[in-house]
Amino acid sequence: MPIQSQINGKNRTFDSEPGTTLLFALREELGLTGTKYGCGEGQCGACTILLNGSPRRSCQLSVSDATGKSILTIEGFEQNGRLHPVQQAFLDQGAFQCAYCTSGMIVSSVALLQKNPHPSESEIVQALQGNICRCGTHPKIIAAVQQAAKAMHRGKS
Amino acid sequence: MRANGSFELLFPAKKNEARNDSSAPAKPAPEATLASDNPTLVAPQSSATPDGRQILARPARAGSANETNLNAVGGAFPVPVSSSITPPSPAPSPWKNEIPGNTTPDEFIPEVERYELRSPAFHRFDLDRRDFFKILGAGIAVFGAAANVTAAQESGARANRQDDQPKDIPSWLHINEHGMVTVFTGKVEVGQNTRTTLAQSVADELRVPLASIHMVMGDTALTPFDLGTFGSRSTPYMSPQLRRAASAARDLLLAQAAKEWKTTAEKLIAADAKITNPATGASLSYAQLAQGQTLSHDLPDADPITPPTEWTVAGKSAPKIGARALVTGQHQYTPDLRPANLLYGKVLRPPSFGATLVTADLAAAQALPGVVVVRDGDFLAAAAPTERGAEKALAAIHAEWKINPQPSDRELFPYLKKNLDTEENQKPKVKGLVAEGLAKSARRLEQTYTVAYIAHAPLEPRAAVAEWKDDKLTVWTGSQRPFGVQEELSAALHLPKDRVRVIVPDTGSAYGGKHTADAGLEAARLARAANRPVKIAWTREEEFSWSYFRPAGIIEIKGGITADGKLNAWEFHNYNSGGSGIQTPYDVDNQIIQFHSAKSPLRQGSYRGLAATANHFARESAMDELAHAAEIDPLEFRLNNLSDPRLRAVFESAAKSFGWPQEKTKSGQGFGLGGGVEKGGYVATFAEISVDQASGEVRVVRVVTAFECGAIVNPDGLRHQVIGANIMGIGGALFESINFENGRVTNPHFAQYRVPRFRDIPKIEAILLDRKDLPPAGAGETPIVGLAPAVANAIFDATSIRLRSLPLAPHGLSKQKTSA
Repeated sequence: MPIQSQINGKNRTFDSEPGTTLLFALREELGLTGTKYGCGEGQCGACTILLNGSPRRSCQLSVSDATGKSILTIEGFEQNGRLHPVQQAFLDQGAFQCAYCTSGMIVSSVALLQKNPHPSESEIVQALQGNICRCGTHPKIIAAVQQAAKAMHRGKS
Repeated sequence: MRANGSFELLFPAKKNEARNDSSAPAKPAPEATLASDNPTLVAPQSSATPDGRQILARPARAGSANETNLNAVGGAFPVPVSSSITPPSPAPSPWKNEIPGNTTPDEFIPEVERYELRSPAFHRFDLDRRDFFKILGAGIAVFGAAANVTAAQESGARANRQDDQPKDIPSWLHINEHGMVTVFTGKVEVGQNTRTTLAQSVADELRVPLASIHMVMGDTALTPFDLGTFGSRSTPYMSPQLRRAASAARDLLLAQAAKEWKTTAEKLIAADAKITNPATGASLSYAQLAQGQTLSHDLPDADPITPPTEWTVAGKSAPKIGARALVTGQHQYTPDLRPANLLYGKVLRPPSFGATLVTADLAAAQALPGVVVVRDGDFLAAAAPTERGAEKALAAIHAEWKINPQPSDRELFPYLKKNLDTEENQKPKVKGLVAEGLAKSARRLEQTYTVAYIAHAPLEPRAAVAEWKDDKLTVWTGSQRPFGVQEELSAALHLPKDRVRVIVPDTGSAYGGKHTADAGLEAARLARAANRPVKIAWTREEEFSWSYFRPAGIIEIKGGITADGKLNAWEFHNYNSGGSGIQTPYDVDNQIIQFHSAKSPLRQGSYRGLAATANHFARESAMDELAHAAEIDPLEFRLNNLSDPRLRAVFESAAKSFGWPQEKTKSGQGFGLGGGVEKGGYVATFAEISVDQASGEVRVVRVVTAFECGAIVNPDGLRHQVIGANIMGIGGALFESINFENGRVTNPHFAQYRVPRFRDIPKIEAILLDRKDLPPAGAGETPIVGLAPAVANAIFDATSIRLRSLPLAPHGLSKQKTSA
């Protein structure tokens, strides 16, 4: 049975059978490969997406969990050629090396800043604890989230 | 996985050392799970098996393979790919290459870079020059093949056979009629930023903006042969090579302008992508000069390259090339490729290492619609239009395996000592008379150190997409050795190499772990049977179980010092872990140093820094023990025995920034240091740790690392490598180890195999010493080697407990010990 969702602002239909992971459906059916497979066990955060605004590990969701929900993947943050402030901050800070974790880091950071616009350093650490970076870019990622928080604050005032 | 046996300390007992040392071997063996001991981990999933992710997917809708290929090569102006570029051509004339940056002393004992040197290097130049211009258009080109003396340094004992030695580092460079520069190199980008730093060197030498450089990397059909991206070689060897090519191109442009203006090249200036005649004020852009040309040049023997003091583009931080695609999710790593008609492959893994396939009933699997099943020797795999389909097919196969008993981690170290591989042993390096030196020493140390197997755990697991067309095979895969993978594919599939093309998209990290063709072989074999493209993407569990590991090892040290704290004797034996960084940088007249190869029960291979981490851990721990025995400050003790000015400089500058020595201000606090020199890089790392008095948890609180690798090409990129290496090193130092039993890895999940996470990250300061008077060396590896000994020495400072096995404290220190 086809499953309807709103993905990155557009109505999309999954033809996958129930039980298919959302991660696989996004990547292999819809071609939204910016969301990464890192462990398939909800341990690394590389597959993080926003489901109705909440950060979720798409490898741990079934495609049927997306029925009637809105999904935002890394591909959905850029608006009219303008990067999301968190993307921009990662770019400005050079907060990536191999960058395979970057999509998940950015989505988790966006979720944090939506909930907590002025996180302390320890709150950032707490929020990103479930996201693994193997290259050791953590200090720059923290700096990027701090830059994004400032930019988003300025954008609102 | 602790070392057993003699932990005999031969000093006269001082203070409480004897007691502390006797406690060292009593560490409990690590358990299979870390979760209860590790509050920083997210909760493990109830089921560790990733079965839930096999799903039904429609055949992919991406573009053709060629489009995919162009994406993989990337960049603003993709290189057209011709299918007719196969005829071998006469090799460009070899040229002598004075490799700068060779700071390695004569007595250097090279490390066996496992895997990559089992296959001999070879020459191959698929493009002849006419084809080259046909494909890239008119312009100016430089072809080069360097007689490479230095790559042999990487090769080691096994490769001392002549045919194993790499013979050249060729490169190509082309300037088109728009002034755009395309550079071809077999190096690959795995996060270490070499795409950017190599482009910086070319831009610098050619006197053009960085934006006009396009790097074509790691494609066996387009780039010249390269041994691989490992061994911290790209900067010291490939960078000057590309500079020479750029310099030769600049000479061609100068000559062309001189001809135009009927003057001599010496009177002209190359700058800002144009040639200017200062006498007349006339100028011609590179684009104008390249119009309608098919000028080419061999790399000359000794084209001078710009010294670091005159660099303009290099020497400064530059944004990572292609960075925008990394924050938008647009960059395509290997697992992201979706050629048309793609099938998903899955391999039926044996129940244990060393198991052999006895029988397999494939009938039920073969009966499934759309499924291709392959049995070829012990290889058993299926491909289907969905991953779930492939899983179902594997589940339908009834296979019987013959289990061959395998050693378990508990017996690892005695096993390695008992199973030496004498054929592979390196000769000891002997200087002076060690026995006599030890006998005459006022204080002696005799100690054993061990390191566990650890996994690279690159966040992008091994993956490959394979496609056959007209009896030619193309494989896209994340690898550090595109030509090595090509070689493996060619051998395994009985295909001439000119029918195998390997393309490496910029890859989600490797750390020495992606040297082999595994996923590529699996995908290629399935794709041949299916006659459709096949993607193999390893699960995390496969990655933890079926890749190869950093070698475990045992290091035995005997050291002796005089009454005034001078090193007098040094005997160092490394069993199995490797010979990299085995030489002591300290001044000692009497020494024996030897690497003993052993038959490893687990598949093992390269890992960032190779054995330099193990050897520095052991050596710098032993130096600390000797310093304490002599009652001399550990830094002062090292400096008293060290005349190498570059190593002294990093120790001294790190000490200054760290504030060494420091008074302890709270209980559980400790300070330690470690350092050394390897692959032309000099490192000193100082660490502050804290031990939680209640839980025994060890935390790294602060790290200061000074690093010097000659002239710095890209300070931000270098800082990334230095800080990243230290963070990665925390895992191997404190908690990472591969546990195994009955031929299986027992902790093949991130919930059980703990890697550093945000909460583990200390305050880190990287001090970069820029030596513009020295050629640049590589920096991807050596910054990792100081962290583990610095942490071990700091734990001793905090607790008087001397830990001699990596990982040091996977479960924290026991309560009894922390109260010591």
